[in-house]
Amino acid sequence: MTEAAGAETLDAAALESAGAERLRAAQSTEQLAEAEAAVLGKRSPLALARAALGALEHEERKRRGGQLNDVRTRLSLLAEERRAELAGLERRRDLEADRLDLSEVVLASVTAPVERGHMHLVTRTRDALEDVFVGMGFSVAEGPEAETDWYNFEALNIPPAHPARTMYDSFYLQLGEPETVVLRTHTSPVQIRLMESAVAEGSLPIHAVMPGRCFRRDTPDARHLPVFHQIEGLVVDRGITFADLAGTIETFTTAYFGPDIHSRLRPAYFPFTEPSAEYEITCTICRGSGCRTCSSTGWIELGGCGMVDPAVFTAVGIDAASWSGFAFGFGIDRCAQMRHEIADMRALIENDIRFLEQF
Amino acid sequence: MRTPLSWLRDFAPFQTDLATMAATLDELGLVVEGIERVGEGLGDVSVARVTEIGAIEGADRIRRVVVDAGDGAVEVVCGAFNFGEGDLVPLVRAGAVLPGGVEIARRTMRGVVSDGMLCSGRELGLTHDGEGLLILTDIDGAVPGQPLTDALGIEPDVIFDITVEGNRPDAWCMAGIARDLAAALHVPFSMPEPGAGSGVAGPAVETLASAVVEAPELCPRLTVRVATNVTVGPSPRWLARRLLLAGMRPINNVVDASNYVMLELGQPTHPYDLDRLGGAGLRIRRARRGELLTTLDGVRRTLGVPGTGLGETGEDCVICDADDTVVGVAGIMGGESSEISPATRRVLLEAAYFSPMAIARTGKRLRLRTEASARFERGCDPWGIDRATDRFFALLSSSSPSLSVAAGTLDVRGEVPRPVVVPVAVGAVNALLGTALSSEQVTALLEPLGFACTPAGETGESDLLTVAVPTNRPDIRPAPEGVADVAEEVARTFGYSRIDRHQPTWPEPGGLSDRQRDRRLVRQVLFGLGASEAWTPSFVADEDHRRIGLGGPAVEVTNPLVTAERFLRRAQLPGLLRALAYNADRRQGAISLFEIGTVFSMPDDSSATATERAGAGGARGVRLPVERELLSAVFGDESSDARHAVAAWHVLRETLGLVGVRAAQGEGPAGAGLHPSRSAQLVEGSAATPLGTLGEVDPSVVASFGLGERRVGWLEVDLGRLLDRSVVSRRSELSRPVSRYPSSDIDLALVVRDEVPADRVAEELARAGGDLLESVTLFDVFRGASVPEGSRSLAFRLRFGALDRTLTDGEVGELRRACVDAVLQAVGATLR
Repeated sequence: MTEAAGAETLDAAALESAGAERLRAAQSTEQLAEAEAAVLGKRSPLALARAALGALEHEERKRRGGQLNDVRTRLSLLAEERRAELAGLERRRDLEADRLDLSEVVLASVTAPVERGHMHLVTRTRDALEDVFVGMGFSVAEGPEAETDWYNFEALNIPPAHPARTMYDSFYLQLGEPETVVLRTHTSPVQIRLMESAVAEGSLPIHAVMPGRCFRRDTPDARHLPVFHQIEGLVVDRGITFADLAGTIETFTTAYFGPDIHSRLRPAYFPFTEPSAEYEITCTICRGSGCRTCSSTGWIELGGCGMVDPAVFTAVGIDAASWSGFAFGFGIDRCAQMRHEIADMRALIENDIRFLEQF
Repeated sequence: MRTPLSWLRDFAPFQTDLATMAATLDELGLVVEGIERVGEGLGDVSVARVTEIGAIEGADRIRRVVVDAGDGAVEVVCGAFNFGEGDLVPLVRAGAVLPGGVEIARRTMRGVVSDGMLCSGRELGLTHDGEGLLILTDIDGAVPGQPLTDALGIEPDVIFDITVEGNRPDAWCMAGIARDLAAALHVPFSMPEPGAGSGVAGPAVETLASAVVEAPELCPRLTVRVATNVTVGPSPRWLARRLLLAGMRPINNVVDASNYVMLELGQPTHPYDLDRLGGAGLRIRRARRGELLTTLDGVRRTLGVPGTGLGETGEDCVICDADDTVVGVAGIMGGESSEISPATRRVLLEAAYFSPMAIARTGKRLRLRTEASARFERGCDPWGIDRATDRFFALLSSSSPSLSVAAGTLDVRGEVPRPVVVPVAVGAVNALLGTALSSEQVTALLEPLGFACTPAGETGESDLLTVAVPTNRPDIRPAPEGVADVAEEVARTFGYSRIDRHQPTWPEPGGLSDRQRDRRLVRQVLFGLGASEAWTPSFVADEDHRRIGLGGPAVEVTNPLVTAERFLRRAQLPGLLRALAYNADRRQGAISLFEIGTVFSMPDDSSATATERAGAGGARGVRLPVERELLSAVFGDESSDARHAVAAWHVLRETLGLVGVRAAQGEGPAGAGLHPSRSAQLVEGSAATPLGTLGEVDPSVVASFGLGERRVGWLEVDLGRLLDRSVVSRRSELSRPVSRYPSSDIDLALVVRDEVPADRVAEELARAGGDLLESVTLFDVFRGASVPEGSRSLAFRLRFGALDRTLTDGEVGELRRACVDAVLQAVGATLR
């Protein structure tokens, strides 16, 4: 290295360290802007050094120009870093300046809105359904929304690859072995949990309804949401019959929908009940005289029900010789849609206040 | 399933009116989704031959057409273009009526008189094609002037569109529906003999073909029959017509016969061109890993590879020729190579019973479901195969008269399901149904369905029946479950609606749990504070979590509906801010919203959510996500901020009577997405259990949701903890006496440094005030000129009193001094 080249390098290095020091010294974004102008601006030593290159020979100009460009790039990066650092500091400072001691809030000075808030229609419907069943002697049970395959399917007499699984298009979670953890497709797993714990605690009989959120991989449309709510019921007691099931369904129907709405059962298939039935009620639109909603039949489908299948009792360890039971289930959102004549179910998830405040 | 009434009448003489039939089918669980009348009102339609087509001046959408109507020429104006001179087409003359009652009038268009109308298939209610005319040129024997119904062999018919439940493969055919319906309507049912032609004896089948089953667990029964001298051609008109009515397209007489048998008897069969099968035989085995086959739908499929789903073992049953080349996915779809073609002369008919689970498994993994696989996976009748193949050859011989059916059947059997026999106590049936049926009644209800009931008891008093289940009813399990299955059959034919209803009662009271009642109360508190309840998505994008600064993993959905939204929410804040923004975009942003819902986090070793209960699919030891039920509220009304959240928390705490919960401000980060110096964690005092957060949303988070520059107050509590009385105690239920003596109020304005929280001052005051202090209330906060920089004036009202006397001025003065001294000592507060 020649002496001259060494001096030049020193020169570039000195420019860089002086610039860096100046930038780091900035304590606010304003100061940083000033420092940037001084270090990287048109009249900065760096700019002047570049301007002075014009007098040099081609090769030399290229070499030193490259050095200075590198310095410039590094200093610009440093300025960016410092800017982010200062912005963070200033934000923290602003937030700190905005401090509020939550305990010095004078409650009497807080003005609450005069308007009352509104209950979500799904909650309102769920509460109303719960109230009817509580009046009929049911308790209310709840359970997790993510379930194992056992609780959601297998204990309900739906083994893996069973064709009935296609009735419940599931969302699977990336946990454990593939497809072993699902978002529950119905609230029936709560029934399994309830029966298992009743067996463990020796606390049979069971008379409970289980409302809750369920998930099926359906594309949302006017009548379906992939996330929806269901309420199911389970009675396990001595001497429970299909006639008890039909009676319970009828009592509930008239209690919830009104005295002129009745129920009927017709054969259906569910893996977890036997005999199984589809549960229909008098069309709430035409009151049974026939209309478009009920395809002129006077009846609309509400849900499914049946006597608990002996295979389910076996899965949870209940002796089917001593106990019998029935189960039923239907959609809470669907009930709300029917009762309040909601054309498009998606209104329930939009959270538009103009919709919410109607209820 | 589209079910023509005429086809049902092959099995039982149904004469009941349609409404009763439909209602009866419904009652049987064979739900009628629709009733369609076909071939009615066609009396005025006849065949005509197009003799002349001419343009009409000034019109390019209509033409003048002259047809020979058999008894002379008729001129019409027609808007269709799919025919030429010489074609046969349907004609309705002026003055006559179309199906549906539309009368055709003589009209003049652009000076041309139209004396009738040429019709499309749709206008006649015969096909769904409304684009052009129904062309009759190729209809065998059709001549001008002939009534259309004669030309097409149409008789008025009724189609019931019936949904058959998944557990009733037996009813997924004409014979099955007819059997149920006949039983319920008390009409005699009979299965007609297959018909002539099935017994034609050719050479022994063994000399023509071979059949081997290497996977008897997957294919418990394989039968192979062969026919030679086959003439492939169109099916007889009546057969093609029935297939069309049932919704299937006729192809050729061999394929049609196979489809017809499936629709009629529920047994899928598969005809192969024997001369295109290598080695002239079939071999059934498991697919080798990665084996390839192009199925009839033209898709190349990889077989024998385990799937990603539960129970997807990759065990596929395939059908090979005798040279071991795969020719079909068993029971699901054949390959292209051995299809029946017009050149086919020798047909090998495969009819088998496959393991329903094997078919379901493969169908699910290949995402391939066919008419055949849907029936096999539900379970066909392993002993109904012979009737089905007899019927196939009988049908084929009617359109292929020189057909020669080889003698005998190659019948390879593994463990074929044997008929199930269920001992059924009539008392148990009555106990399950709540009925009082006699043994004779039960027998009378079951026998028309093909069940054979014999009294099992030695004496006539026993109510035990031995019920032999027909082999087409795989839904009826052996005892003990089978008793419930038989009971369902009894109930079905008896009529669900005829079972008396009874309202059961029990001594245990119903009711809500404490948690459920409290949850309702929490909602009411929020309503009272002007907040409305929202329902925001459980599925969120990674970005939602990042935007509120929530790092770490979220539970991921394997098969999300929307790829980006594949995480289960860990917080409700993003959803609520989105809901606020949705409303703000509609100029209704000044609202408060709350949600009570579940948030999910990754399974946690310390949590008790691990399940040891395992399904056969391997769920053993799987840990479930941690679920927490949160109440989250955003206060976004005009001028709402952390103060509103504080007030809301105060009301909530007082309503629930919570004791010992405090806002731990400045004792660590408050929570993701919150304003660091206007928020606090809510903790249970003694154990410092975190219960929630309180304060304000970070302004940059608010802005990032498109809400601009505004303050949003925030309150969130974990209801699982907050409402758990073993975590947070409640105010005592016992009453406290109220003093009858006047109390004394003292106001203290204290100058306190900003770092000292006001509640710290209040605590000291309370301690110093002792038993005689009834309450401490902060009623004013002042910052300004008369207060030193870095401090503020806090004005407290202290109320003193005693149960047994009025306090003297001296006593009150003493207490005041004690309080002032205490706060000076403890936090350096001075009187202003």
